[in-house]
Amino acid sequence: MRALSASAALALFFFAGSAVAQQARLGLGTPATPEQIRGWDIDVRPDGAGLPPGKGSVEQGEKIYAEQCAACHGEKGQDPAKGFDRLVGGKGTLATPKPVQTVGSYWPHATTLFDYVHRAMPFPAPQTLTADEVYSVVAYVLYLNDIVPRDTVMTAQDLMKVKMPNAEGFIPDGRPDAENMKCKTDCK
Amino acid sequence: MSVSRRQILASGAALAIGGLSSTTSVEAQAGNVPLDVPGSMHEQGRPVLSPAYGLPSKFEKDVVRRIREPRATDTEAFSVTPLQNLHGIITPNGLVFERHHAGVPEIAPDQHRLLIHGLVERPLILTMDDLLRFPAVTRIHFLECSGNSSTEWKKSGYHSVQRTHGLLSCCEWTGVPLSTILGEVGLKPDAKWVLAEGADAAAMTRSVPIEKALDDALIVYAQNGEMLRPEQGYPVRLFLPGFEGNMSVKWLRRLKVGDRPWHTREETSRYTNLLANGKAYQFAFEMDVKSVVTFPNADRSFKAPGFYEISGIAWSGRGHVTRVDVSVDGGATWHRASLQEPVLDKCLTRFRLPFNWQGQPLEIQSRAYDDKGWMQPTRSSLIAARGINPRYHFNAIQGWKVAVDGGLTNASA
Repeated sequence: MRALSASAALALFFFAGSAVAQQARLGLGTPATPEQIRGWDIDVRPDGAGLPPGKGSVEQGEKIYAEQCAACHGEKGQDPAKGFDRLVGGKGTLATPKPVQTVGSYWPHATTLFDYVHRAMPFPAPQTLTADEVYSVVAYVLYLNDIVPRDTVMTAQDLMKVKMPNAEGFIPDGRPDAENMKCKTDCK
Repeated sequence: MSVSRRQILASGAALAIGGLSSTTSVEAQAGNVPLDVPGSMHEQGRPVLSPAYGLPSKFEKDVVRRIREPRATDTEAFSVTPLQNLHGIITPNGLVFERHHAGVPEIAPDQHRLLIHGLVERPLILTMDDLLRFPAVTRIHFLECSGNSSTEWKKSGYHSVQRTHGLLSCCEWTGVPLSTILGEVGLKPDAKWVLAEGADAAAMTRSVPIEKALDDALIVYAQNGEMLRPEQGYPVRLFLPGFEGNMSVKWLRRLKVGDRPWHTREETSRYTNLLANGKAYQFAFEMDVKSVVTFPNADRSFKAPGFYEISGIAWSGRGHVTRVDVSVDGGATWHRASLQEPVLDKCLTRFRLPFNWQGQPLEIQSRAYDDKGWMQPTRSSLIAARGINPRYHFNAIQGWKVAVDGGLTNASA
């Protein structure tokens, strides 16, 4: 009984203490300033949020691709080295027994290509391409997939408007979908 | 042909009472009369601290992670846990499966920072010292790559459970509830998703629904009592109990709160489930209820007829396992296995069934149920619903064929 009231008192004390410290906030950590956040804030969304200023042409992209990308992904994105991603082609294969899932056939958003190339490519040296270089490579890969014309100069405004061929290809999680995934009788 | 559980139990018990009936055991001891005193009893053993951080016995040297097959690089790669060698439910830290998209970064904890920003009232930078001051919790949960058993959509040809199911581990995790940290920064009203980003060369990013972030998500810095291993995200990772492993972003450096998902490469190009009709499930997070027999296995199976204990593991990303049935005749008849306590939410559960092998060919299967009403489907029904190309979230019943010589093979191969 005594232990119980002691712990109740302690809980009250703690509650009172934390209430004094502003709605149970612990006050740990250091405020992050906008200038600090800018250094790490690299994500890009389909609505264009996060795309940096800059521009890049298909022509520039072709040169950068040849130097930085072709060794793994193949000269035109069609014939990658073994085990690396094919970037081009595969349209019309998704509903076949052997789907070819590429940027052109599968990826729903062009902005994702910018985000991913910028954060994780080129594989041996991620985050070394400038924004202009990333726009160029993105323009070139989209061109190889017949999504933008050869004379494209890609910018943030243009990229967020690009409509990908498989943009409508994704649906919400459909589970339970298989016949016997949910138990009906004798389940415990 | 069906064998009732009572018959199995009765014959097992009878054999156990019979004592050491295995011919190999008898032969090994023949001529050793009286039993000799082993050399280990005539001299001092190894001193303490040899080594300071203890290692398994040298006789366990084959109990290691393995790669399933070579990949284009050894940094965008994975290794699988030797489930066939494990007992109970905890995976030792050195055997926890690895899945890296750009290798294992080396991060000094005093240099590491976790930034939380976006739709929050007070953007914060937390050091490891800060994180270790937060009120902590400890939970035991499995971690499964959603690509686990992906080879079984088609006929894999793999006979080792390490290769078919080894993208699965289970640890005791310690850290801070993400809800506590989100409380500290204060969510704005339109906060709906949280982007988690790693400090590796993939800058791994996944969008996490706010409901999960405020439910049981953890910011984890320790596993099985010690700080995270480098390959598990040292010094800090996100941990989302029951969700596909990729979302538990390792080497966590940034959480950004937003009003919609980001559609990163890892939630569009990858970790989406392509159906036979060409459409793909996106944001399919929970790992479904699943189980697999781990003994007998391809390395160690039945030898002579007699008593054995069939054993395996079951788990559900939606709750806890309520029931596991085992069949030895390819699913024609089922026998309820015993569940080893503790049976925890989103955690491996060890199951066992006594069995008296009479030397006949078998197909051993297991089927698990969870407390949310989900059960493990057959492979054929899963394929009928989704085709053979979803790549992820394969949770069908696994069959193992045992031949008359005890050799074990994948029933679907």
